[in-house]
Amino acid sequence: MNGLTRRTLLQGGTALAAAGALTGPALFDFAKAWADTAPWKAESGAKLTVMRWKRFVPSEDDAFNAIVAAFSKATGTEMNVFSESFEDVQPKASVAANTGSGLDLAWGLHTLPQLFPTKVLKMNDVADYLGKKYGGWTDAAAKTCKLGDDWLGIPVANNGGYMTYRKSATDKAGFKEFPKDFPSFLEMCKALKANNTPAGFALGHATGDANGWLHWILWGHGAYTVDQNDRVVINSPETMKALEYCKALSETFIPGVASWNDSSNNKAYLAGELYCTLNGISIYVAAKTDPTKKELAEDTFHALHPIGPVGKPSELQLALPILAFNFTKYPNAAKAFIAFMLEKEQFEGWLQGAQGYLTQTLNAYENAPVWTEDPKNTVFSQAAKRTLPASGIGTVGEKAAQAIADFIVVDMFANYCTGTKDAKGSIAEAERQLKRIYR
Amino acid sequence: MADVAIAPRTGSPKPQIREATSWEQIKHNRNWLGFWFMLPAMAFLILFLAYPLGLGIWLSFTDAKIGRVGQFVGTENYEWLWDDAVFWLSIFNTVFYTLIASAFKFAIGLYLALLLNENLPFKAMLRAMVLIPFIVPTVLSALAFWWIFDSQFSIISWSLKHLGLITQNINFLGDTTWARICVIFANIWRGVPFVAITLLAGLQTVQPSLYEAATLDGASRWQMFRYITYPLLTPIIAVVMTFSVLFTFTDFQLIWAMTRGGPVNATHLMATLSYQRAIIAGQLGEGAAISSAMIPFLLAAIMVSWFGLQKRKWQQGENND
Repeated sequence: MNGLTRRTLLQGGTALAAAGALTGPALFDFAKAWADTAPWKAESGAKLTVMRWKRFVPSEDDAFNAIVAAFSKATGTEMNVFSESFEDVQPKASVAANTGSGLDLAWGLHTLPQLFPTKVLKMNDVADYLGKKYGGWTDAAAKTCKLGDDWLGIPVANNGGYMTYRKSATDKAGFKEFPKDFPSFLEMCKALKANNTPAGFALGHATGDANGWLHWILWGHGAYTVDQNDRVVINSPETMKALEYCKALSETFIPGVASWNDSSNNKAYLAGELYCTLNGISIYVAAKTDPTKKELAEDTFHALHPIGPVGKPSELQLALPILAFNFTKYPNAAKAFIAFMLEKEQFEGWLQGAQGYLTQTLNAYENAPVWTEDPKNTVFSQAAKRTLPASGIGTVGEKAAQAIADFIVVDMFANYCTGTKDAKGSIAEAERQLKRIYR
Repeated sequence: MADVAIAPRTGSPKPQIREATSWEQIKHNRNWLGFWFMLPAMAFLILFLAYPLGLGIWLSFTDAKIGRVGQFVGTENYEWLWDDAVFWLSIFNTVFYTLIASAFKFAIGLYLALLLNENLPFKAMLRAMVLIPFIVPTVLSALAFWWIFDSQFSIISWSLKHLGLITQNINFLGDTTWARICVIFANIWRGVPFVAITLLAGLQTVQPSLYEAATLDGASRWQMFRYITYPLLTPIIAVVMTFSVLFTFTDFQLIWAMTRGGPVNATHLMATLSYQRAIIAGQLGEGAAISSAMIPFLLAAIMVSWFGLQKRKWQQGENND
């Protein structure tokens, strides 16, 4: 656990200074004024223990810590923030929910608040307050956190992943504009391979990347793991078409994608061997900050996922919701903190610090400076609007999260694309596993 | 002061001889004393070995999830696994991995041990060097192998390409056959030192006089190995190979760091599958069932060791049992 020290405060302050948002005294002044007028007054002597996922972009963490520090100072709440890796957030939150102690707030992935709806503090008032003030929530974000009319948590942000490609290569392949539908996307990948500038998408157990692009292919064909009533419907002609399309696509990929994890495409792209992939903004940020990769950064562009036969966006973007447990002794402090985080004065600087790694779920932030200052970032501002919840069209919740964690869709595609199983066998295996989860 | 000393004798009734209570018996009996001395070790074993094992087996009969107590569901988890192709694939992988890796480890380890038992220059240094793969933390060596076998940045592919022998990178960890070869290779690399050094220690206990006698009788090198070295080494071979098989069978770190069980589950061992289902996907009950399914295999390996140790008495000239 790392409590706040003066040092982390200073670091946070400098990071924000660089980002050009409220800093130092100004941030504290705002925090003080905010605390005086906010609908939620932190209990005196309040202490909050907050668990969050471990940051990938250091300046994002700095910005977050600065917000925490300002809140702490303005309200007198003692804040204890610690981070856990992606895989560990959910188990630890589950244990806290089960034992009724240890944590007040948990900031996690996917549909975390849906895992223990009886253990969370209802956030209806916070969601109303923020939604009214900042242009409403995106659909997927609301679905991720709502059970009936109740908000089980607050969708803080999404982590967007988009087409990341080398313009010189796609131009040479004859695609001045990035393809907008599936057939032309396949044509482009074929041409890229012919030019020896291949595309590549992970077919291994890459939690973010593989799940992201394969659900897009599946949903893009109108195929889903389960329907609105959580009946397993993976065994469908649409899934078959998705498999065939994916196989044709995978034949154009750079060799080795079946062994890829989440970092493999970053490495291959930055080494100049991969020319098109699906990724968070991190590849571009890494290239931009490395002086030796100036040309690569200039040649790198982002595009939205092409639209499949289903005719509408079918992206899967990672949701990052925060929740407060109902056994916290300081519910008002918890609500105040969440609301404070998402106020314009903090949140824009935070988005800035994240450099495009985080996308807002409140519509008003769509024109935040981070999206406009570099046109190449703009695509990522759409992540929370174009995504489906992790459950597709089914009910959000534990079962959907589990199907993703067990790589059921990923393995189905990988089985077929690598020739390990035929299409029927791949679908049958996925169907059997899904039926167990949704029994 | 004298009367004070005498007083109790005169003032109180004579002490009576009475039966020792059972508690006193337990306290002073020599056999029980042994029990008391064993108690800390027993408590330790029960707390840290028997209890977790029992809990694991119990969990495998429930539908427990992380952070939630499960309901007893009987053999439902096992029935499900019985029809699960991935589970059977992981058993095949584990057995295949263990057999191949152990055979190679034994052959190379024995060869190295025999070599190091000879009078070589820099003998001490060479013996120390053999241990290096064993010293490096498994995860670090696994990460190194991950880079060596990387699909884009493999040093092997790079070298072969520059030598003009191949035109495209070898798909080490992306091709099912290659991936199996790679993880087995890494396991052998890591396991050989243990086998070699232990067998070397065994070789050193063989009395040189036996070889001298054999030389006088005109035995060839092969005969000396076959009829002196090998029989005397058998007990230690049994022990070292049992351990080697146990370590290989339960291997986790190497696979998890290199392939995470991929590509398409071709290198999923029972241990990694259990972890993925139990911890990553949260299905504690099912994961526990997978790891409990390892027990019969491990017991079989231990039985081999048991009979290997039994043989030893006979080899030392005691009763043949």
